[in-house]
Order: sequence, then structure tokens, then C-alpha cells
Amino acid sequence: MAPIVSRGFRGRRAAHVDPARIPPGQYVTADFPVLSAGPTPHTALESWDFSIVGELDEPRGWTWEEFRALPSEEITRDIHCVTKWTKLDTVWRGVSVDTLLEGIETAADFVIQYSDGGYTTNLPLEDVTGGKAWVVFSYDGQPLAPEHGGPARMLVPQHYFWKSAKWVRGLLLQSADEPGFWETNGYHNYGDPWQEQRYAGD
Amino acid sequence: MAGTALRGRLTWQLAELVEAVAETPRVKTIVFDVPGWPGHRAGQHVDVRLTAEDGYQTERSYSIASAPVGTRVALTVQRLEDGEVSPYLTDELRPGDKIELRGPIGGYFVWEPSQGGPLMLVAGGSGIVPLMAMIRTRAAAGDDTETRLLYSSRSQDDAIYRDELERLSGNGLTVVHALTESQPPGWTSYARRVDAEMLAEVSPSPAERPRFYACGPTPFVEAVAESLVRLGHDTQAIKTERFGATGR
Repeated sequence: MAPIVSRGFRGRRAAHVDPARIPPGQYVTADFPVLSAGPTPHTALESWDFSIVGELDEPRGWTWEEFRALPSEEITRDIHCVTKWTKLDTVWRGVSVDTLLEGIETAADFVIQYSDGGYTTNLPLEDVTGGKAWVVFSYDGQPLAPEHGGPARMLVPQHYFWKSAKWVRGLLLQSADEPGFWETNGYHNYGDPWQEQRYAGD
Repeated sequence: MAGTALRGRLTWQLAELVEAVAETPRVKTIVFDVPGWPGHRAGQHVDVRLTAEDGYQTERSYSIASAPVGTRVALTVQRLEDGEVSPYLTDELRPGDKIELRGPIGGYFVWEPSQGGPLMLVAGGSGIVPLMAMIRTRAAAGDDTETRLLYSSRSQDDAIYRDELERLSGNGLTVVHALTESQPPGWTSYARRVDAEMLAEVSPSPAERPRFYACGPTPFVEAVAESLVRLGHDTQAIKTERFGATGR
């Protein structure tokens, strides 16, 4: 259906923003809204760890201290939430997934991010490797706040932001694709904002 | 993709405004007729798309306020002073105008009578909207699932659906208001923000295994969910929907 004009609607285009940076149907916000499906988990750093499990010879794991000793980098990216907001030039610090997977041989083609509180989200492995994904522990120069996924969350900015799990505790490598939490609740399996893949069937 | 693979794309549909009702000074309910509306589950939302004459488009998500009855879909919209879309929906749109919407969307923050209860709904401000859809769905189905609503508003005049909630009370539904900023003379209910003590008094006990749905501004929902966990309720039974300053 061709779009119809909404009588009397003029709209407010974001000033000073290159429209090429805004995926279809998104608007730019300066706030950082919070979306999560349940209570915010609070895991003490002493009992936090991060694991790589599934289809690999030896599972890998890091305590918080070990994880923080890994080489990290500053990442500046635009993020796009399926609820329509886009936030430009967000600044994070974290460990590249490439670093975590270094030297691992796996036949897996898919990865599930899993989190405290039971959240999961799935992606092809190639969408979190090659400089496309990080486990981040700071936002805007500050430790990541619990409501934004602290102590550590995934950052996979090429996908809608539900594909960046908050409170992430590990990656499960699998040869078969398996939909995660929102993916089994009506949302798109891949979630590319530039294709406007919001919901199942998009 | 188990469970979702067979569903077709949600297409944009024309929705004609048939009625607009002022709920409070800042909140309006807008009722659309959507031919071919497939029905929905309480708690789901729709995406709204507006198009300007020069082709500029913008989209927002709004919770559905109505029970799934026929082809009518009601949204309740709070006017945000600096908003791009909400002032258009509340002030400009008139009966007969058409907008585009698609939905229903969302499979998690939903409730149907078959899911049972007891149901404990906690609303902050316009967070009442998806919870009202649950209350209306329950009433429309003649369902008597034990349901309690704890509803925080700034003042009595800010409480959306106040008269209807009073009318629907009984038959298993208990409505408790908390007015945080001002109270009418003789007010005997809560006159403070929702806290753990209040939640303990109003909610069924953890032993009764209530299903929680909490919706409101982020700090409100954070505080409610954290209190419920502290009171010993099952975290998996606490479903939340939050909105930021610009969220909805």
C-alpha cells in the first residue's frame, strides 16, 4: 500500500543529522530509554563470570578480573532500538568478541547470547565476529549502569538493540539456529534496522 | 524459527478515527476502525505511521487500550509537550481522518483469560494503558480471575479511566489508587509513591503465585520490580514494560 498523507501532519525532521544515518521508521533521541522484560538482575562482580560454551573443544571462561584484564577498546556507534528510537554516537568501552574467540575452532554457524535473568538472543556467528560485536562494561566513560545492562552487556550495533543482550554472561556456539527470547515472541529473527526487520515476517 | 515462521508480514493498514475522548487534561483516547483487524491479545501494541505532504514519515509504538472486540482499536495517548507525534494524535486528528497502523505486535507482555491468575497489575501514570486492556478483556469475556490493580497517579484528575475502573470493580477485580502529589479531601487510600510495604499489602502473597504485570516510567518499574523480588516473588512471574522520557 502506498503511504497516505496524514492531514495536517508536518513532522519534525532532526536538525543537523544526516538522514542517511537514520534507518527507516526511526527517530533520533538524546535520551537513553530503558527496555527490559523483567526485573533488573544485580550480580555481584565476585560471582560474575563470562563463558564461551557449546560447539568448541574446551569451554572458556573468565572471572570479572580476568575479563577486565583483556585488551579493550573504545567503540563509538549509532544504536537503533526496535521501539523506534535511534541514538547517535554512543560511546562504549569493551572487549571485542574476536578477542574472546581468538584461537577457538568451531563448526558452529550460530551464536546465542545468554544473560542473567534468562534472556537470550540469537545471531549468525559471522554477525558477531570481524569487528562487529563487543562485550562492553562502560558507557559514556562510566561503569555500565544495571538498568542499561551492567556490569556488562553485548554491543552489536548493526542490529536492532534487542540483539545486544543486557547482563550478558556468555556465548553459546551452535550449528543450528535457535530463536531467542524476543525472536520467539513475535520479533524478527535477524533484526536488520536498515531492512526494517522489526517483526516476524518483515 | 519455531512458532513464528508461518506468520506473514504485518502490513500497514488504514485506520479511520471514529472517536476521540479526553481522559485527563493531558491524555486522550483515540478510537480507530481498522477494517480486517485480526483481533489482539491484551498487552499488545501497534505501530503508527504518519506521513507529511513532502513524503517525510515517522513511526511510533502505542499500547492497545481496548479489549479485542470487532474492528475497533483504541489507543490512549499522553500528550508530550515536545513530542513529534503525540500532539498530532491528541490535538490535530479528527473523526474521519485516516492514519496507518500495523499490528498487533508483541507476544510477551500479554494476558488472556486462559492464562489465569491471580493477576497483580501495577501501573504508573499512562502505564495503565496495556493493563486496562487486560482488565477490559477480562470483563468482556465475563472472566472472574482474581485481579488486583495498584495504580499510581499524581492526582485524582490524572488517573486515567477512573470512572470505568470503579464501574468494573467487584467480580474479582480490586482497584487500589495511590495519589502521589495531591489528594482530594477525605482521601483514605495511599498518598505516597508505590513502595515495598504497599506492594506487600495489596499483592497476593508469594505462596499464591501471582502473575505480575508492571508498566510505567523506567524509575517506577525499576522500583516496583526490585521490591517484588525482595518480597520473595518469582522473578520469572514479573513481566515489565518501561517507557523512558521519549519512549512512547
